[in-house]
Parts: sequence; C-alpha cells; structure tokens
Amino acid sequence: MLEFQDCIFGQGGFSLTVNWSLPQGAHLAVIGPSGAGKSTLLAGIAGFADQTSGQMKYDGHPLAARPDERPVAMLFQDHNLFPHLTVTQNVALGIRPNLSVNPKDAARVNTALSEVGLDGLGDRKPAALSGGQQSRVALARVLVMARPIILLDEPFSALGPAQRVDMLDSVKHVANQLNATLIMVTHDPGEARALGGLVSFVSPGAAHAPIPADAFFANPPQGMRDYTGV
Amino acid sequence: MARGAQPINPVLGWIVATALVAMILGAFGGVMLRADLARGLVAADWAAIRFTLWQAALSALISVVLAVPLARAISRRQFPGRRLLITLLGAPFLLPVMVAVLGLLAIFGHKGWLNVSLQAIGLEPVTIYGAHGVILAHVFFNLPLATRLILQGWQAIPAEQFRLAATLRVQSLFHLLEWPMLRRVLPGAFGLIFVICLTSFAVALILGGGPKATTIELAIYQAFRFEFDLGRAALLSIVQMGVAFAACLVLFRVLPTHDPAQGLDRSHARWDHSIFDYPVIILATAFLLTPMLSILGQGLPGLVSLPSGVWLAAGRSVMVALASAGLLIAFALPLAVLVLRIGGAEAVGILGLATSPLMLGTGLFILVFPIADPVGLALVVTGVINAIMALPFAVRVLVPGLRDALAQYGRLSASLGLHGWTLWRIVLLPRLRRPIGFALGLGAALSMGDLGVIALFSDPDRATLPLEIERLLRGYRIETAASASLLLTGLSFALFGLFDAWGHRNA
Repeated sequence: MLEFQDCIFGQGGFSLTVNWSLPQGAHLAVIGPSGAGKSTLLAGIAGFADQTSGQMKYDGHPLAARPDERPVAMLFQDHNLFPHLTVTQNVALGIRPNLSVNPKDAARVNTALSEVGLDGLGDRKPAALSGGQQSRVALARVLVMARPIILLDEPFSALGPAQRVDMLDSVKHVANQLNATLIMVTHDPGEARALGGLVSFVSPGAAHAPIPADAFFANPPQGMRDYTGV
Repeated sequence: MARGAQPINPVLGWIVATALVAMILGAFGGVMLRADLARGLVAADWAAIRFTLWQAALSALISVVLAVPLARAISRRQFPGRRLLITLLGAPFLLPVMVAVLGLLAIFGHKGWLNVSLQAIGLEPVTIYGAHGVILAHVFFNLPLATRLILQGWQAIPAEQFRLAATLRVQSLFHLLEWPMLRRVLPGAFGLIFVICLTSFAVALILGGGPKATTIELAIYQAFRFEFDLGRAALLSIVQMGVAFAACLVLFRVLPTHDPAQGLDRSHARWDHSIFDYPVIILATAFLLTPMLSILGQGLPGLVSLPSGVWLAAGRSVMVALASAGLLIAFALPLAVLVLRIGGAEAVGILGLATSPLMLGTGLFILVFPIADPVGLALVVTGVINAIMALPFAVRVLVPGLRDALAQYGRLSASLGLHGWTLWRIVLLPRLRRPIGFALGLGAALSMGDLGVIALFSDPDRATLPLEIERLLRGYRIETAASASLLLTGLSFALFGLFDAWGHRNA
C-alpha cells in the first residue's frame, strides 16, 4: 500500500496536492494536460521533488529521503541508458551500482535480458540498438532491481504506435511478475485505457483520487473533457 | 533545487578554490614582505607601467579592428579550405610564443626576407626590435583570437534574420544586424586581449627591452636576474598585480568566456558580398602562415643534428607538460562542479588571467628560499603555475559537458544509487571524456610552450625547451634555434593531438 497523507510536492514555484492511497500491485495511469503536474507526482514519489508538507508511506513506513533508498524503480522520458556502457552493464547497474558483478548477478542480468527478448545483445552499446530495444534494456534493469513500485514517465513517447502497445504489454508482464505497483504518466487516453487499471486525473495543482479506468472514461471529469475536446 | 538534482558534492571545489587563492595571496604576501616600498617607483618603473598599458591597448585595438573585416569575410563566404582556415585561427592559441617570435624574425629580422628584399631595391632596412615589434607579435597571436570571438557573434545571429532581411530588401545589413552584434562583442574581445597582453613576458624579452619597450613583467625579470634586486622585483610584482587586477575588475562585466573548443564551421547563406572579402582572407592567411612556414624552412635541415642539450630540455619540457596537464584537470574538475553550483565561482578562473606568473614566481621564491633551494623546485613551480594559467580555459571547456551529463543522467544515477567516486567513475568521467581530453591537450600544449617563470630560475641543467631556444637565440645560433622551435612546435601539437584524439575515442 502506497499512501499520500495531505502531501504537497513543489518543483520550481509550482505545487501539487495529493491525498489518496494505492493498493499494492495496482496499475495506475496518470493523465492530464501538460503542465498540470503529472511529472511532479512521479518526481515526488521518486524523491526528486521537494515535499513541502504531508507524509508519504509505503507499507506503513515513511519513505526515505534519498531516491535510491526508496522502494522505487523508474523509467524516464529519455536518457534511461548510459551510452558508454554495454547493454549488460546498463542492466547490472540495477543490482550493483559500482558494477562489481559476481557470477550470480551476471546470471540474473542474462535472465532478465532474455525475459525482455534481448538474448545475445548484451555486449552491444545502446547506440547499436533500435529505440524499442533500448526501452527493453531499461525494462530489464527495472526487472533486476525488483522494487515494489515502478514509475514510468512517458518512457515510450519516442516509439511508434505498434511498439508502444508491445512495450506496454511487456511492462505489465514485468510488473505482474514482481507483484509491483505500476504508475505510468501518459497524455494518451488510449494508453491509459489499455493499461486497464486505475486512472488518476491531474488538474493544475492536484492529483485526484484514482478510479477504475472504465468508470473514468464512462464519465470523464470536466477537466478531462476540456483536455481531450470530446 | 530539488533533492537528487545535485548528486555531486562541491566541497572539493571549495578546497581547490581556497588553495588557489591562498597560494596567490601567499605569494603576494611574500612579495609584500620583501618589497622595497620606501624607495618608491623610479622613472624606469613608470616607463614600464606606461609601456605595458599602451602596448596592451594598442595591441588589442589593432587586433580587434583587423579582426572585424576578416571575421565578416569568413562568415559570409563559402570556399574550399574554410574549415582549415578556422582551425588555423585556433592554432596560435597553442603555438609556443618563442616559435612565433622566431617566425616573425625570419621575416622582419635583420636578415629576414623583408629586409633582404628592401636592401635589394636599395631601401633602408627596418628593425623589428622595439615597441612596434612587441605589438606586431601581439597582433599575430591575438588577431586569430579576436577573429574567433567575433565569428561567434556572427554565428549567434539567427540565419532567419539574414533571410528576413533579404526578403525585406534591407539596404544595410550592417546597421540592422551586424553593428548591434559588434557593439556587444567588441568590448569583450578588446578587454580579453588587453588583459592577456598586460602580462606579456616572452615577446617583450626577445623583441622589446630598453627604456622604450620594457613591460612590467620584463622589468621584474631584469631586476631579479641581472640587478639581483629582490626589493625592486617585489615592488614591481605588486604593481603588476595591481594593474592586472584593476583591469580585470574594470573589464569583468565585458570579459567574454572564451571557449577554445567551440566549433565555428557553420556559415550563413548571405546575399551581400564585398570584392574585398577574398583579398582580406588571403592577406590574413599569409600573415599567419608565412612566419610558421619560414620556421619550417629554416629549421628542418638542422632537425637531425640538434645538440643533446636541446633533446634533454625537450624531455624535461614533456615531463613538466604532462604533470601540469594532470594538475590542471585535478584543479579544473572540482572547480567546474563548484561553478555549476555557484556561477560566480568562475571568477576564481579570472585569477589565472590576472595573476602575473613572474609575481607568483618571485613570491614563491621569497617564501621557499629560507627552507629549500628554489632552483631545485623551478620545474615544479613552472608546472603548477602553467596549470593555474590554463585554468580559466579548462573550466570553460568542462562546465557545459558536466552540466549536460548531470541534466541527462543525474536523476537516473540518483535513482540507481550512484554517488561520490562511483558516480564519477561510471557516469561522469566517461561522459566528460571529450572535454577532459581537450583540456588535457590544451594544458599540456600551453605548458610545453610557456616561457615565463622558468626564466627566473634559469639554470642550464634545468632548462625547458623554450628557455633553451631563448639561450640559442641569445647566442645568435639562429638556425639551431629554428630547428629546436620546430621540435617544440611538433611536440606541443603532438601532445594536444594525442590527448584530443584520446578524448574522441569511444565518445
């Protein structure tokens, strides 16, 4: 269970209020107009945005201050891979940040790579991979990190429509395998619907309590109607 | 600033900045201790101050005035070799001063081409020695620098503005687009060159001298070496420090941050040209290339038979250059981190510009003399001072790369738990490989070619290559000096090239 108790996150003069909770293993799509604070919500959970008041708890315990001590793995919009490291090294960072990998770690990295369909590509540099393959490397790292919360900040926006559907399936697969909570920012109602879980609408300054996707799209709030224009 | 957005600690930067300021203040304190304040400044001192100021002003003015038509011609013309010319404009920045001076002597010296030709047609020979020679050499070095700075200004004008002006049938692009840009850029270019010329030593040592062409820096050297008058050397050091710092304070707002790594090979399509564009480009290229080519012609035959002293000096110079480059990076990386946190910290780099190497040398000599033999430390002091002199440029080269690396990978690194040394090893150093390679090359080449503080402690057994060349020149062994200069140039550019190429590998 991830709980937000009257949380206010700030980032450069902007603030976002959050006051709800999310059961473990939930899939949540965060949707709303640009500039409303979708990314601030993720930055707040990951520990990158300043929290000016309230409390965030995971399993009843307050979250640590440092990003790497939070139970969180994150995929960013871009720059998810270090271009000077090989695919294997990029994934291994999720287990050993100093890259001193033992044989057991190496085996886990290889398993994760084949899990996302990248068998035999471990020695390549990211530049030698397609955009979709690069996303999969980052996903393999999320898999080996095995954190209970996965955050995605529009990580597939550079991919084509078919690849996005593929990646979304793979992400759901990884999240289910880890029984992790999945929180994904998107500006695409279709993607939010395809995730098939909960939806939180972010209007400027507030992230609203999550409701099931079906109910949300059956009767969208006024802000959502203004945003989509339907 | 959000947590995690600044994963690196600036504390090392503070330590480096403090150590540098402490060292400069310490040297200054040493100078104050011994300065013969009671004696005051004599007529010769005032003459040195006046000459230092007006030669710097005139050198800067001529460089900037000549650079405007050159930069304009380059910016609006496409021609084969344009990239090469722009690279060539960066070369004098790395060219050892002694080499350029020898090159100018080969043309304007007693037996140079010009005088041989003048005498052949029955005209009086001209002399390069004196104030005009000093200024000529300064223009040779700084015209390319000014041109690069002004080219930057031209490139900063959006191409759309030229297209818009063309469709609007604007008669004078100069008034509409170029003059406003020049008004912004020229004071900075003038200021930077003025400050650089204030601490001119090697040029004045060879081409200047005498009551009419002695810079303060040269006067310090003469008081120290020939008059053994430490009190006067110290007093002049205080004057030099005062003049340079006053100039930096006055010019602080306009001083541009010169990034020697900047690529300048974009050009705008323009629809206005002048018939003078190509003549200007050809004249400038000739002015820059002929001295270097004459050295090549003069020095090449003797290169195989160089005396062993020259080779030994070359070995010492390479060692000093490598150590100095390493030290430069050790200073520059922490300072770059500090500059990212506090923009004003770049002012520490200004110290490198304003501090007179001979003041530092004199001060350190005074401090070290009671405890150790300063001559034994001459090479160490040279390496350290060379690193400080190159610092403003190295920091400038590193900061953008560091800013990008942190903007792109700071959060990812924080979320993966990369901190401290691990962050440097796995993320930052590999991401910064290119600028680090460039800065190492710059530091090594500048140190290799520097003739400054080493001249104070001149000791035949500890001479660097530039000092050895100066000795050969004093002994009228012009041919050998030219060959040694060729070796020096080759080594300087090779060091730069090797480090720069290392930076580009796997980048």
